[in-house]
Amino acid sequence: MPLLEEEALKLSEVQRLEGHTDRVWGLAWNPATGADGVPAILASCSGDKTVRIWQQRSPSSISFDCKAVLEDRHDRTVRSCAWSPSGKQLATASFDATTAIWEENGSDFECVSTLEGHENEVKSVSWNASGSLLATCSRDKCVWIWEVLPGNEFDCVSVLTGHTQDVKMVQWHPTVDVLFSCSYDNTIKVWAEDGDSDDWRCVQTLSESNSGHTSTVWALSFNVTGDNMVTCSDDLTIKVWGVDIIRLQSGDINASWCHLCTMSGYHDRTIFSVHWSREGIIATGAADDAIRLFGESEDHSADGPSYKLLLKKEKAHAMDINSVQWSPTGNMLLASASDDGTIKIWKLESMQ
Amino acid sequence: MTLGLINANPIVREKKERITRPDLQFLFSVYTNLLVRSINIVRDIRDPEHPYSLEQLSVLSEESITVDEKLGRILITFTPTIQHCSMATVIGLCLRVKLKDCFPPHFKVDIKVAPGSHADEEAVNKQLNDKERIVAAMENPNLRQLVDECLYSSEL
Repeated sequence: MPLLEEEALKLSEVQRLEGHTDRVWGLAWNPATGADGVPAILASCSGDKTVRIWQQRSPSSISFDCKAVLEDRHDRTVRSCAWSPSGKQLATASFDATTAIWEENGSDFECVSTLEGHENEVKSVSWNASGSLLATCSRDKCVWIWEVLPGNEFDCVSVLTGHTQDVKMVQWHPTVDVLFSCSYDNTIKVWAEDGDSDDWRCVQTLSESNSGHTSTVWALSFNVTGDNMVTCSDDLTIKVWGVDIIRLQSGDINASWCHLCTMSGYHDRTIFSVHWSREGIIATGAADDAIRLFGESEDHSADGPSYKLLLKKEKAHAMDINSVQWSPTGNMLLASASDDGTIKIWKLESMQ
Repeated sequence: MTLGLINANPIVREKKERITRPDLQFLFSVYTNLLVRSINIVRDIRDPEHPYSLEQLSVLSEESITVDEKLGRILITFTPTIQHCSMATVIGLCLRVKLKDCFPPHFKVDIKVAPGSHADEEAVNKQLNDKERIVAAMENPNLRQLVDECLYSSEL
């Protein structure tokens, strides 16, 4: 990993993917593709009620073609999509209050299951690291946890209440079965299964009183080792949090997260998306049409890490950016999705 | 609609004469055209509860809209007729729909209630500007119908 210097990086636009007829809300790279000769696959979901699957033309080319359009299933905006860890299934969350599970069948995708239960718009869906659990969240203020069973059966194992407003995103921790949610109520909640009672409960709430956000928290993302988490908000800041990972991985559900760093003054409109790459670069997508990249700064104080702005790509899109996602395979590709109806693929390179 | 009106006795003004300002015509800037055009578009939106326009009820005035052409930002401030108006979010939706194609796509529209004009000012402003909530609300057929009534009855 080369030492990153602020002036030495550039983000080059590789391709612009067109096809959706309304804003693109979410993106997901298929984790089982993009390496070992397998062409990369990216899913996108939109206000046009469809999901599009884009495939790299060949492992050596950086051109994507639209391989499939998943339609006629959701009858409202599709807000979020997520691949199972095996890459075999795609979950799509919709404002129609359902979550659909899709599987590739020959050259097409078919909907093999529909998860119902939320009272209104589903905002986000996430698979745990092993693919045995699924989580969804909604404007109904609840987070649902589903168990993945054979034969495409999904059983609800818990309905988690606690947020006092619309829940915007859910995300499982990358190594342990601990669930995180963020909300319009300005908080982030941590949910874990109580070893004794097998009940899921909220084990921590990160709010304004513990250096948390002061407005809607839109997204969260973990670093590769899972000891740090970054969150982004309508309050125009991104915050980094840390945990004792040894304690967390040993099964101590009370291992608590603490605030490490707040990056303020870099964004002047709502930050809708944040994603931490495996190489440690934090990307943000915001309502000012710009992509920003942050990296750890060498000169940190004894208090903890500090981060600096590595790059700001203004006018990355013609309108708000709703999602930024790094490709998981270390090829330094970043995908962005926008209100302008397009997806862009970017390559991060050193200028030298 | 609702059986009991939230504000049964609003204060109604005379409809203002349409303004064609000769001094502004000379300026002929994008800013001026956008501003005048947008004011003229929203002033006749019908109030959700009464057969009067938002301008007649003093919810909106010419001072309601400010445009920063350089940054591409628009701020609309409106005054609900009463402090506990629950129609504020509907008015906000009407404004966004009516102005949707009025500005270049990269322009950002923020809508707020006038300071001190609503009991839950912060909460209302938050809801008026949450893009995801706005989109979801407009996909709700009942809410969409109410908004359409406010927008299109003014064209009769």
